[in-house]
Amino acid sequence: MGGYLLRHIVRFGRTLRAAGVPVTPGQMMTFVRALAWIPIGDREAFYHAARCTLVCRHEDLAVFDRVFEWFWRNPLMGGAIPPGLLQTAPGPMRRQENRPRPAEVGHPPADDARPPRPEAPPVILADRAMTYSPVEQLRHKQFERFSEEEIAAARRLMACLRWRIHERETRRLRPAPKGGQLDVRRTLRRSLRHHGEWVRLFWRDHKRKPRPLVVLCDISGSMERYARMLLHFLHALSHTRRHVETFVFGTRLTRITRCLRHRDVDEALREVGRRVVDWSGGTRIGECLHVFNRDWARRVLGRGAVVMIISDGWDRGDVALLRREMERLQKSCYRLIWLNPLLGLPGYQPLTRGMQAALPFIDDFLPVHNLASLEQLAAHLERLPPRRSARRSGLVQAAV
Amino acid sequence: MVPTSVEEVIRALQAHRYIADRGLATAIFLALRLGRPLFLEGEPGVGKTEVAKVLADLLGTELIRLQCYEGLDVHSAVYEWDYARQILQIRMLEAAGERELSRVRQQIFSPDFLIRRPLLQALEARNGRPPVLLIDELDRADEEFEAFLLELLSDWQITIPEIGTVRAEQPPVVVITSNRTREIHDALKRRCLYFWIDYPTFEKEYQIVRARLPEAPERLTRQVVAFVQELRRLDLYKVPGVAETLDWTAALLALDQTELDPVVIDETLGALLKYQDDVLKVRGEVARDLLAKALLQAERAPGIP
Repeated sequence: MGGYLLRHIVRFGRTLRAAGVPVTPGQMMTFVRALAWIPIGDREAFYHAARCTLVCRHEDLAVFDRVFEWFWRNPLMGGAIPPGLLQTAPGPMRRQENRPRPAEVGHPPADDARPPRPEAPPVILADRAMTYSPVEQLRHKQFERFSEEEIAAARRLMACLRWRIHERETRRLRPAPKGGQLDVRRTLRRSLRHHGEWVRLFWRDHKRKPRPLVVLCDISGSMERYARMLLHFLHALSHTRRHVETFVFGTRLTRITRCLRHRDVDEALREVGRRVVDWSGGTRIGECLHVFNRDWARRVLGRGAVVMIISDGWDRGDVALLRREMERLQKSCYRLIWLNPLLGLPGYQPLTRGMQAALPFIDDFLPVHNLASLEQLAAHLERLPPRRSARRSGLVQAAV
Repeated sequence: MVPTSVEEVIRALQAHRYIADRGLATAIFLALRLGRPLFLEGEPGVGKTEVAKVLADLLGTELIRLQCYEGLDVHSAVYEWDYARQILQIRMLEAAGERELSRVRQQIFSPDFLIRRPLLQALEARNGRPPVLLIDELDRADEEFEAFLLELLSDWQITIPEIGTVRAEQPPVVVITSNRTREIHDALKRRCLYFWIDYPTFEKEYQIVRARLPEAPERLTRQVVAFVQELRRLDLYKVPGVAETLDWTAALLALDQTELDPVVIDETLGALLKYQDDVLKVRGEVARDLLAKALLQAERAPGIP
């Protein structure tokens, strides 16, 4: 193969990598080997060969197409990818436009940017019996009142929380002395030592595996004061457990699982800020759940997933739609938990339209307003029943 | 025979009534030429499994299929010992007065007592032409199996502790499919040639239905395809795939329909839509609207001989 072409190909691989498509040297080798079998002058054949050897994820195909088009128009040109080339890549989540807001997540907005909020009246904690160590105070302090130092302290506490969701039984078997199924293979092998006499029986039982956890967190205006702490919570959660999928929603749904993979929490939250465009706007829970059910449910709700929705239930969207989507969501997961920060306030009643519509389809309705409530949640997840609770039929329920 | 160009693959597939675009044909051609597995992803019903079947026909070889499910393990994917026969054999040896343990062991753990599951079958095939191995819906299997497969795909050998290592003379032609209900690990996919099968365009889907159901009237076929194409634009939980288009066309044929009308659409919608919510949404008003658009589209559809 000509040296020039090879050099261009290597640069093409590098350009793809710069654009976020993870091309490995192995894949580059495969591509070069593939070129021996196709007519190189044929641009279409060249394109298809590159596409099936260099890309291995569906979501990278659109980026690949753009980079290919740009790069091979004039491979001699070189230089960096022009800004904007990848900006308009069509994705399933970019259907509607939204007011963009380059928010710095994890940091409170500058004070002069918005009118000062009237101080909420102090909340009297019901349980006065606890000790007043600083940690203890922190545990019961409402998230919205946390200072920067307290957030850091809270993070350390959250990292200590153990999230052991009740495990599910898989169909895979493993040796277990008290198992319920005879392990014929081992029993037979051992029996040979005793001239084929089954002196000792060996048993197997079902292996247990953790359930995936899917979190949908409301980041609309009414949730703004909790959002910062909740994102810290989601980050901690993503790093203490495997199989956590995270989404945020306001007027649209955004998957932030990959953003939260950054070890460094500030970097992770900045990444979330770049990705999410509907901070502190309105709420359309129904529409967002609809998008989730249609585009994501089949991919992330397998294997007995536990779903947690974190929202105050203030909804400006279609209530009938919300009811329908809640019903579908409940039917497709193992357990549907709604965490409401307002539920921690004394005297709160879930009377909003959205909350009313959602309630019949929720398995657990729990508060999430301070660290103590998170501990409660962790304890609850550990004690989930082995069977899913009875599902209601929405068509009857919808009339309520 | 192994094709020598992408065009030849397209022609051969067409001869076996599979309509493929150049992208897929290129991936298939390179998979055969480079001896790499072909990894096909896409929504259900777009013809992923069909590729393997057609490929086996086209190469004149055997198709070995492994359907994945959760908990799929070595015993159902690779091999299992035939315990009942082993126990019987032990008793017979005993009756014959065999006292030497090592000889008993050697006898009952011999290939004669092995039940060969698909992966072992694929490695042991020895009739000159490597078989086509279809690993269907890999996304349903768990990560442990994926890791095992990764190893198998690079070494083409399996070790059975009691017998030894079985190595493939010629690696099989491997086709892996996934409905993407979960992400398959990149390490596995990178070993493969990756292709995403999309829903077909009007022209392609028309050709597919013509190729598969040539007895369907041409007019009906146009209308059916135009209707399904319109249906895919709706916001549905499960958009119908090509498999559903073919089912529906067959259903309409069985009902002796020569063209679409609102009544028959409402009655046969179950062949296309598999969720009650979707059926309720489309039936009646929406179906009539779609039909009107589809009929228009069917009349002026370009590029059909």
